[in-house]
Amino acid sequence: MMIKLDLVTKVYPDGTEAVKEVSFEVEAGELCVLLGPSGCGKTTTMKMINRLIPITGGKIYINGGDSTKMNENELRRNIGYAIQDIGLFPHMTVGQNIGTVPSLKGWPKAERNKRAEELLELVGMNSGEFIDKYPSELSGGQCQRVGVARALGADPPILLMDEPFGAIDPITRVRLQDEFLKIQQDIKKTIIFVTHDIYEAIKMGDKVALMKEGQLVQYDTPANLLYRPKNEFVEDFVGADRALKGLQLIRVKEVMTSSLPTVKADEKAEAARERMEQEGIDWLVVVNDDGKFLGWVGKAELGKGELVKEVMNSSAITVTVNTVLNEALSLMLSSGANNLPVVSKDNRLQGVLSFDIIRKALTEVSQRRQSE
Amino acid sequence: MLGAWEYLVKHPEKLAGWALEHLWIILVAITIAIILGVIVGIYITGRGKEHMADTVLYLAEIMMTVPSLALFGLLMLLLTSVGLKAIGFLPAVIALIIYGQLPILRNTYMAIRGVDPAMIEAGKGMGMTERQLLVKVKLPLAVPVIMAGLRNAIVIIIGIAAIAALIGAGGLGAPIFRGLRNARMDLIILGGVSVSILALLVDAFMNQVERWVTPEGLKRR
Ligand SMILES: Nc1ncnc2c1ncn2[C@@H]1O[C@H](COP(=O)(O)OP(=O)(O)O)[C@@H](O)[C@H]1O
Ligand SMILES: [Mg+2]
Repeated sequence: MMIKLDLVTKVYPDGTEAVKEVSFEVEAGELCVLLGPSGCGKTTTMKMINRLIPITGGKIYINGGDSTKMNENELRRNIGYAIQDIGLFPHMTVGQNIGTVPSLKGWPKAERNKRAEELLELVGMNSGEFIDKYPSELSGGQCQRVGVARALGADPPILLMDEPFGAIDPITRVRLQDEFLKIQQDIKKTIIFVTHDIYEAIKMGDKVALMKEGQLVQYDTPANLLYRPKNEFVEDFVGADRALKGLQLIRVKEVMTSSLPTVKADEKAEAARERMEQEGIDWLVVVNDDGKFLGWVGKAELGKGELVKEVMNSSAITVTVNTVLNEALSLMLSSGANNLPVVSKDNRLQGVLSFDIIRKALTEVSQRRQSE
Repeated sequence: MLGAWEYLVKHPEKLAGWALEHLWIILVAITIAIILGVIVGIYITGRGKEHMADTVLYLAEIMMTVPSLALFGLLMLLLTSVGLKAIGFLPAVIALIIYGQLPILRNTYMAIRGVDPAMIEAGKGMGMTERQLLVKVKLPLAVPVIMAGLRNAIVIIIGIAAIAALIGAGGLGAPIFRGLRNARMDLIILGGVSVSILALLVDAFMNQVERWVTPEGLKRR
């Protein structure tokens, strides 16, 4: 058990009972989401874990030890911390920001630099380009990335994240969520993740702790929260479009079609027509010699030229194997495409996701709900 | 005007002497005022010292309102009673330090208190001690505001230093007061213009200093 809360209570000096006898446990490597409406005590609960807010009742155990018995600065240096306002230091470069905790821990400079470079690459930023920049030179999304990198600075086993992707546009947020989940697959940190967004909670959490007015209402897997709500509050909070939210639980790789007929860009249009007839379909995915996705070609367009590349439709709208179906669906709806190519990071074609597949998945999750 | 120019051409060594005296007095006063003001300013931002901060800032404000002649008089009395030299350099420097305190103290205090709470929380959350938080986060972020206070103090000090000639401290006030006593317009103008030029030069220098000490990341905004 990495983190254990035992009847944790917080009464602020002004008498506000922000957290009331909350108990839950987070296993090592798990991502636990604290979810609930604004003011329900999520931030307070989280900050009691690194003792930024003193606990007034109950106990918090970190790795089996009573957290109040530890040196608070030592404790905090071993718990990564990322907050919504990001809190990057404007007078320090990106590299210095990321090196904050390593520097507090007395790492030599060369090691700090190496670590900052590693972490920048990990969060998808070119280290050579960004390491010496100042926060004022970064975009909002880049700041959030650096914030996450800084939290990972000294490779702490635990991460606390308070609405880390809160202050950015929805498209960047989805991308950062996806990237973070991918990173988490490798680094396997124990994470407390605060959000008030049910979609984000379902998508990110191994477990979700739903809070209301300082109390823990349900602590469960996202699926159970959706399909086995404990009471009316949970049901209301989850909301009516439960089936759509259920799509958050399914990733493209679970449902995509991976064997699909393709055609190369510099093949003859005739060859494409033959392949379509063979397979009994009226479109093909176009790739280059390296198997990288280029676009689509439809039967109707084949007559317009000799080579496939002359008649194909190029497209840049793609998903990855880790995209959740909910987001794939909204991408389809907004782009008007019935099929989305699934590509790897270097744009290599891995499969295809069709509207039919999503519809089938939607039917399945709705039935799952009724059978509960 | 012409008279002042002629005097300058005839006795350049005199003007240089007054200017150097003036510079020396303000240099000593400013150095001590900065050290004192910044240290006290930081000290009173500490936890549980709100009351002390109010008192200190109030005192500094009152000191500012005491007319400089009265302050010189008081200092002379005080220094005589403890057996120190009551005229010249010492009382002048002490008075200037006192006048420089308010802008430095107040700006240091406000700058440090005004640091974005998110910065402080980030620092604490990563395990900084109070001292590390001060040195690595609060002070660097406070530099621009502290510098503004400093420049303010310097302008005040340069001006008041001219009056210090009255208590025998010399400097560019000397020709002014001598001119006043003997109705010598040329001396008055020479002294007055020199004080202004000195203030401009020192301000230009402080501009450069500000560029040196402001953290890189805070400049580009
Ligand atoms: N320093 C404080 N003093 C008094 N009450 C506070 C303080 N901080 C938060 N609260 C109150 O405690 C409750 C929980 O706050 P918080 O943990 O920030 O909620 P959340 O993060 O879920 O929005 C709220 O009612 C809030 O007003
Ligand atoms: Mg909050």
